[in-house]
Amino acid sequence: MSAAVTREAPFHATRVRSRARDFLFRRGEPMIWLAGAGLAVALILIAGLLVLVAARGLGSFWPRPLTLVETRDGKRWLGEILTREPIPDRKDGGQRIRVKIGNRDLNGLDFKWIDEPDVVTSGTPAHALLVERQEYGNFHGFLKEIRVGDQAVAAGDAAGLERLRRLQSEIRPRFIANREVEKRDVGAINTDLEKQRLVLRRAELAHAPDLAHIRQTTESRITELKRRYESLRERLEAERKDLGAATAVLIDAQGRTKATPVRDIVRIVTPNGLTLFARARVYLARLAEFVADEPRESNTEGGVFPAIFGTILMVVLMTAVSVPFGVVAALYLREYAKQGRLVGIVRIAVNNLAGVPSIVFGIFGLGFFVYGIGGQVDKLFFSEALPTPTFGTGGILWCAMTLAILTIPVVVVATEEALAAVPAGMRHASLALGATKWQTTWRVVLPAAAPGILTGLILAMARGTGEVAPLMIVGVVKLAPNLPVDGVFPWLHLERKIMHLGFHLYDVGFQSPNVEAAIPMVYTTTILLLVIVVALNLTAILVRNVLRKKLKSSTF
Amino acid sequence: MDTLMTSSAPGPQAQAPTVSAANPSVEGRPDVITCRGVNLFYGEKQALFDITIGCKKNAVTAFIGPSGCGKSTLLRCLNRMNDLIDGVKISGTIAIHGEDIYRRGTDVTEIRKRFGMVFQKSNPFPKSIFENVVYGLRIQGENRRGVLEEAAERSLRNAALWDEVKDRLGDSALGLSGGQMQRLCIARAIAVEPEILLMDEPCSALDPIATSKVEELIFELKERYTIVIVTHNMQQAARVSDETGFFMLGKLIEFDKTETIFTKPRQKTTEDYITGRFG
Repeated sequence: MSAAVTREAPFHATRVRSRARDFLFRRGEPMIWLAGAGLAVALILIAGLLVLVAARGLGSFWPRPLTLVETRDGKRWLGEILTREPIPDRKDGGQRIRVKIGNRDLNGLDFKWIDEPDVVTSGTPAHALLVERQEYGNFHGFLKEIRVGDQAVAAGDAAGLERLRRLQSEIRPRFIANREVEKRDVGAINTDLEKQRLVLRRAELAHAPDLAHIRQTTESRITELKRRYESLRERLEAERKDLGAATAVLIDAQGRTKATPVRDIVRIVTPNGLTLFARARVYLARLAEFVADEPRESNTEGGVFPAIFGTILMVVLMTAVSVPFGVVAALYLREYAKQGRLVGIVRIAVNNLAGVPSIVFGIFGLGFFVYGIGGQVDKLFFSEALPTPTFGTGGILWCAMTLAILTIPVVVVATEEALAAVPAGMRHASLALGATKWQTTWRVVLPAAAPGILTGLILAMARGTGEVAPLMIVGVVKLAPNLPVDGVFPWLHLERKIMHLGFHLYDVGFQSPNVEAAIPMVYTTTILLLVIVVALNLTAILVRNVLRKKLKSSTF
Repeated sequence: MDTLMTSSAPGPQAQAPTVSAANPSVEGRPDVITCRGVNLFYGEKQALFDITIGCKKNAVTAFIGPSGCGKSTLLRCLNRMNDLIDGVKISGTIAIHGEDIYRRGTDVTEIRKRFGMVFQKSNPFPKSIFENVVYGLRIQGENRRGVLEEAAERSLRNAALWDEVKDRLGDSALGLSGGQMQRLCIARAIAVEPEILLMDEPCSALDPIATSKVEELIFELKERYTIVIVTHNMQQAARVSDETGFFMLGKLIEFDKTETIFTKPRQKTTEDYITGRFG
């Protein structure tokens, strides 16, 4: 018995092993592990990117303490300590810190490296101030006094600080309102002036018989407008001067003073004496400013609202152009065109269009839309404004059109697949009832394919929102003076240039004079762009799910 | 395959009429559809050979035969659904009330409006039950709510579906069961008041109970319509039809009263098929 077992054992073992290997491969286990690992790597990369961007971006609004550092050479710096690293080329293990010292107007730089071995004393003075200003970035220092005109009205103590806060919360909104009025009313007068000039010019170009009369009316109107402009300007300037009377005299760590008009102070923070709740309030206020306000200091500070607005409006316009065109093209290709070699070639060409570098589309857009169509439109409808181009220069319409031709292939491919997935039985049922092909397509095939078409729309929107390169040459600018939508007829101004989050990222991160200071802006803008893409997609996905539910097939 | 007499399939026979109970007096009625010398080619391949057959008014004509024998092809010729397939060539004449439907200049959609068609796989549209039934009317431009509602109720009643769906006409048709969907397709086909009902294996995807319901329905519908049905199921042909055509390899082997075909067929092949020696 035992002899038999020992003799058979080796044979039995090999058979088990080979069976196990066989089993493993037949079940595809290694492949499943490989696929799982691939997915895991992809997820880790995406999550890592998101966490990095979110931490860097959202963290930048959090008020950090101001540290006062005195170095061996007798200089004192007040700033936020950002990073600490070993001093290069020194073997003794000394560290250096990077401090955001602010006070760009006094120091010339926002950031400074300080070697820790050189630091004599350091501390966080409780009454240190961080003043966010309209210009020159943040001021780090202390309050010396408050002046109205030439009179000192408060000293730099706690009561003075309280007085400054009150003054700021009273004066700043009035100053902003003043500028809003200027923008709106002066803008309206300018629009009207330009209109009068164009009326006259049009009459001149057309050799109108009552030219003299027109000239007279327009000129009297222009005189009237100029008079109104002068009185408005005087009133606004007087108010502004009045608002500018109060100044806060600030003093920096080195004892240099700086007088700042209270109207130019955006926010006053005493970061060293804040409770957690107060910190959170500052954080939210900064976040709100970022999302809802206009940029300051060549885009490196303030908000990005015009860019958010421009991006979303442009993507919506783009979708409104690319989806109908894409769907119609796909309908013809799939439903009407005779399936043959030519259609095959067209299909391959459309698919390959998606792989053309986007800058090529930008150049095409510049040549075709801006100079070609835009130039013709100007000649035909806006000839009186020439040589100033109206549509013959970059604008939101051309941005949307350029992106539309870039995303049409995506829509075509998705729609074609959706159409192909509509069961033949449904078409036959409709045709057998005496419907024409068009009735069948319109009433049965398209509704059944709608969820798939929406998938195409989602892909197109994601692609379009993230695109920057072609937009730089067809109408996206660093700073647009007006939003493309406002209260002046016709409300939606398709010829206007816009700001765009993607371009804002590039501009702030690589083209700004103060790249270091703009780094938080780069991260926060990235998050915002991601949030917008996700929000647009979620909307489309919700619509798609509603449609899917309506079309859900039965399970029997 | 089960033979006619020894079938053990459950359900339908119990309620369904037997062969002899089928309307025996169809002789002498006029032909609604007449096919004469019909040949059909899919490209080079000939699928129908010289078919001559007539379908009588208010009678059920069944086409039976093994798979690929051309019975569905012939059915689709009747309302020109074969036009949808590339490379189909047809010769011979197919006429409704003596009017050639393949004559040049004929409006295909007008012809199809005279037929209702029910397919093997139920194919409701991804719309509400109501919109499914009135689809045919809508494409003819009928949009008056009252007319549509009236037609929907009438068709659903005639299709024996009204009581099951009357409270949820606005629900998606895709939420119905398989048998209900097939009856919905029948309701959709008869909503436009066609003269002729073409049924292409209407019960092959249904369970026995749903099958028996559809068969009862066919029996009732022939009061008003001329029905042509293609079926794989010989018991079904025996139960519901008045006349039966047996097809093989694209040829019409035998065409006669159903009773004759199933009890004393003249051709040996027919007998072999219906007794289950092949197929």
